[in-house]
Amino acid sequence: MAKAVLMQGNHACAEGAIAAGARFFAGYPITPSTEVAELLAKRLPQVGGSFIQMEDEIAGMAAIIGASLAGTKSLTATSGPGFSLKQELIGYASMAEVPCVIVNVQRTGPSTGQPTSPAQGDVMQARWGSHGDRGVIALSPSSVPECFTLTVEAFNLAEKYRTPVVLLLDEIIGHMREKFVMPDPASLTIVNRKKPALPPGEFLPYKPEADGVAPMPGYGEGYRFHTTGLVHDYTGFPSGSNAVTHELIERLHTKITNNIDDIVKYEALELDDAEVAVVAFGGTARSAYAAIESARAEGIKAGLFRPITIWPVPEKQLFTVAEKVKTIIVAEMNYGQYVGEVRRVVCGKANVVSLAKWNNDPITPNELLNAIKAGR
Amino acid sequence: MMQFRLSGSGGQGLILAGIILAEAAIEDGKEAVQSQSYGPEARGGSSKSEVIISEKPIHYPKVVNPDFLLAMTQEALNKYATDLPDEAILVTDSTFVGEIPARFKNVYQVPITKLAKEKLGRDLFANIIALGTVAKLTDVVSIEAMEKAVLARVPKGTEEVNRQALKLGFESV
Repeated sequence: MAKAVLMQGNHACAEGAIAAGARFFAGYPITPSTEVAELLAKRLPQVGGSFIQMEDEIAGMAAIIGASLAGTKSLTATSGPGFSLKQELIGYASMAEVPCVIVNVQRTGPSTGQPTSPAQGDVMQARWGSHGDRGVIALSPSSVPECFTLTVEAFNLAEKYRTPVVLLLDEIIGHMREKFVMPDPASLTIVNRKKPALPPGEFLPYKPEADGVAPMPGYGEGYRFHTTGLVHDYTGFPSGSNAVTHELIERLHTKITNNIDDIVKYEALELDDAEVAVVAFGGTARSAYAAIESARAEGIKAGLFRPITIWPVPEKQLFTVAEKVKTIIVAEMNYGQYVGEVRRVVCGKANVVSLAKWNNDPITPNELLNAIKAGR
Repeated sequence: MMQFRLSGSGGQGLILAGIILAEAAIEDGKEAVQSQSYGPEARGGSSKSEVIISEKPIHYPKVVNPDFLLAMTQEALNKYATDLPDEAILVTDSTFVGEIPARFKNVYQVPITKLAKEKLGRDLFANIIALGTVAKLTDVVSIEAMEKAVLARVPKGTEEVNRQALKLGFESV
């Protein structure tokens, strides 16, 4: 086994990208995500990959789409202002079904906000930031080791479902350092996009298979195909047909929703007998672990439901929690975003309380413990 | 569990000091979490680096009840000592810190930056001298692990002077 080292979340994310097989990064540095780019600038050339610092965040997003179409697993990393700039092209990647990973290390916003302070204000932007309607996958790690494993997972999901995947960190997790043991590469599951079985000429680049996903040749591999952000038919060329539009936009959703059991990951902690459940993700989950430990020590039956996949929402599992508990506290470092989703999913089965904080400081374990006590 | 807050102004090397302390703890087989808070400026402005060391997994990564505060500037002391318990260990760099609230019972005033300049020729060794005080005043990491962690982080060719810096700090309290 590898030696335990102290590692930063952003570094673990960069190492996870290398382990997942990513060989291209393009982006523009921004606090608190800069270390992802910094480390990849060093690491990618060591493994035969390429790093480009682009003129801005938009170009960074465009470059990774191009690299992925050419067959290379690619990522970019940014924070709120850059995430906003990338949105149109993230939608393009959804529409053209180009696998890629966008790391967003959240800081306080809107606009340039507080560059060095933690926040979780981009939860809804990760879901709805690009215009139009599409399925989305977003993951939120709560520890340094999970930054590594979820970056690998983000690439696997991107490749499997031909979609951009957002890795939503926050400044707490991105910048903190803790113990990390590099997993044995042989122990990792690495997914690569499906390649066409049919020869060029017979292959239709956007004809989905049973799982809703079409195989994807790389540009330069002998297959010529058209890529566009316009609604397109199986050939990849634009189509004005209502039927084609209906089927394509529906499939951008159903390739995610029909495979939701394969996609969603969550952590359920001390929920079996819980009267109060905390819903928390990313850095806020760290406060929740501490608060629940304190609550249990005082004999209060509290547990944690941590969505690791925050999009799509682990609806089935969350509803099951709501059927058992009296109160659900949704703790998040924003003005209250995910709480709306939780209310939608639990349909009044439990009392849903928002513990929202947006003043640059994390929600403390004590604040959460007090909310748990009030929710009994 | 022991909670450290290393504070001063940007450029004094406190984030690096926190990283070295956490790495020393991991070297000793313990759990450690390091986090930091700083303003947007690269130099100047108050900065703090927090380290929690424990035998058990650490959940909340920020310091809640500090056991140890290093204050390398007056501004940092004023800003980051507000939640410091009276009996916690307080180490100040007396080169820059003059006013210390009377409530603190375990105060060590060390001319850290002055020692760095006079004994080692450059003020940039101040953070390593400060780590020497940590090793002496707490038993949370061994001096061997601390030295190993320092030497793993400093530029090649500066090992000997950094070893001296650590020793200077260790002997100053």
